[in-house]
Amino acid sequence: MRHVYLATFFVVALVLSVFGLRGTVFTSPPMDVFPEWLFPSMKYQPKFRPQAETTFFADGRADRLPPPHTVRADLALREDDHRYLGKSAAGGFSAGLPEGLSVDRKLIEIGRDRYQIYCAPCHGALGDGNGITKRYGMGATATYHDARLRTMADGEIFNTITNGKNTMLAYADKLVPDERWAVVLYIRALQRAQQATAADVTDAAARKTLGLP
Amino acid sequence: MSKLFPKSANSLPFQILIYLGLVVGIATAGVTYYMTPKYTRVGYAPVQPVPFSHAKHVQEVGLDCRYCHSNVDKSAHSNVPTAQTCMNCHSVIKANSPLLAPIRESYEKGTAVPWVWIHHTPDHAYFNHAVHVNRGVSCVECHGKVNEMDVVTHSQPLSMGFCIECHRNPELRLRDPKDVYNLDSKRLADQGAAGLKTAENFVHDWKVKPPQSCSGCHR
Ligand code: HEC
Ligand code: HEC
Ligand code: HEC
Ligand code: HEC
Ligand code: HEC
Ligand code: HEC
Repeated sequence: MRHVYLATFFVVALVLSVFGLRGTVFTSPPMDVFPEWLFPSMKYQPKFRPQAETTFFADGRADRLPPPHTVRADLALREDDHRYLGKSAAGGFSAGLPEGLSVDRKLIEIGRDRYQIYCAPCHGALGDGNGITKRYGMGATATYHDARLRTMADGEIFNTITNGKNTMLAYADKLVPDERWAVVLYIRALQRAQQATAADVTDAAARKTLGLP
Repeated sequence: MSKLFPKSANSLPFQILIYLGLVVGIATAGVTYYMTPKYTRVGYAPVQPVPFSHAKHVQEVGLDCRYCHSNVDKSAHSNVPTAQTCMNCHSVIKANSPLLAPIRESYEKGTAVPWVWIHHTPDHAYFNHAVHVNRGVSCVECHGKVNEMDVVTHSQPLSMGFCIECHRNPELRLRDPKDVYNLDSKRLADQGAAGLKTAENFVHDWKVKPPQSCSGCHR
């Protein structure tokens, strides 16, 4: 009997040394405890998940690109050039927010949120072009605080976000048009903040702390 | 007639029973230890086509998860970024790094970067990122400290038991919605009694009702 226990002990020791402990890092695909050929189940269904692989299409992707000239259903038909292209009826870049959007706290909060995610890494939290990537060699990031950008039409900034400009690539895939307008609005707020004077402080308590009359 | 069996054989059936009991015990322990997702999945860290480091990009460069996983708060699926997302910076920074060759090729030719899929629910389970992250469930609850990983490693089992455990008591695992993308933040419930109270109010006021019925996740 003692031999049987000894043999059992060795089997356990062997299993432990082969399979190791939980949480060990490994690179081969995870083991399937109930493999499909032995236990047919619904784990693998004949459907594609987003960004999945396939052998059906030559490029190996299950996701297809939209055919040319199609428009996302949730973005309306883009009849409004001002809202979707930043162009005015006269042909140049448009000024002001398009119809349907109004300057309010909610829109500017969206703009700040999106700006901090997508623009601040390069343009910096203040919009002065001193984002963290500058330290790593991202040269010549534009600052928003020179006269050219301050007087630039809103539609042109919208267009830069949509299509990119020189070394800055497009952000149209990350921001829907209304979010782009929110970001434009936030950029305007950043520009305004850099131009602030003592006269802009209206809150009585704040004036006092600043030593203003 | 001489004795066929020694006297000790009398106890043999009993000993065999004990031994069988032991074997069943060991087998049960082995199956629970080795055949559950806590063993089969946790620790999975495939070799990716580009040695992309979350630790570097999130902690050093300070990018938000949404800069790359830009649909995580909008849709069920959290997307792995396009090559253009990388090229935003890497067309200038480390533009000639050999490590980034697959990204450049993908960007120029429009081919896919063959990232290996790590976290994967079976096709019969439905999961939705946006509902979770917009209600204060942080990435760290299900993916671990990705911001400290050089190679993304499967750190939670993502088994059905794991999902249900939180769905029963979500208030214990929620964060302030603005801390969701800050993986170093603390859960509300870990911020003392006041935090737990906030979490309970949040669950009540926002009607956070994670499904516990089968059809919630198996649709
Ligand atoms: C990867 C770094 C990077 C990010 C992120 C980035 N930009 Fe830029 N941006 C640049 C660079 C570089 C330039 C200068 C381009 C040039 O050479 O004219 C620039 C220029 C600009 C300009 C000035 C264009 C002009 O006409 O001179 C605007 C406006 C702008 N960016 C807005 C944005 C907004 C809005 C976002 C966020 C959605 C953003 N950028 C995100 C790098 C970046
Ligand atoms: C600079 C872009 C970038 C940023 C920022 C980023 N990721 Fe990723 N992430 C990737 C890429 C590329 C992959 C695929 C390659 C890999 O797994 O390493 C990935 C993979 C992942 C995966 C594994 C996906 C799978 O296959 O199952 C998780 C989980 C993840 N990221 C979470 C996060 C979290 C959480 C954050 C924020 C703290 C974050 N990521 C920030 C680019 C990024
Ligand atoms: C916001 C800018 C930014 C984005 C977007 C970005 N990176 Fe980076 N990446 C950096 C910086 C900064 C470094 C560090 C460079 C250094 O150490 O000098 C870096 C380094 C790297 C390196 C190491 C390169 C080397 O030769 O050492 C790899 C690989 C890399 N990134 C992959 C990616 C991939 C893949 C993506 C897209 C999912 C991506 N990066 C997106 C900024 C970015
Ligand atoms: C409640 C749990 C949970 C939370 C919170 C969560 N994830 Fe996930 N994540 C999952 C599961 C489950 C999967 C596998 C999904 C699938 O199979 O389609 C996954 C998959 C992913 C993938 C790979 C998607 C793919 O199909 O290639 C990425 C990237 C990812 N998550 C990023 C994030 C980021 C970033 C956050 C935080 C903003 C986050 N996740 C929060 C559970 C979660
Ligand atoms: C850390 C907590 C947590 C974990 C872990 C978690 N969930 Fe949830 N889940 C929630 C919360 C909170 C909600 C409720 C959201 C609401 O009421 O809006 C929810 C809601 C859901 C919903 C309902 C979505 C809808 O469209 O109504 C599904 C489905 C779901 N979870 C699936 C899963 C699956 C599958 C897993 C495991 C991979 C999982 N969850 C893990 C917290 C969690
Ligand atoms: C919170 C979401 C959720 C709910 C609610 C839920 N499940 Fe699941 N279930 C899952 C996930 C996720 C998996 C996949 C687990 C894995 O891959 O390890 C799963 C797996 C399973 C499996 C295993 C299938 C296989 O092939 O291995 C069965 C059976 C199952 N669920 C039945 C049920 C039943 C019955 C109920 C109702 C009492 C239920 N589930 C409720 C999320 C859920």
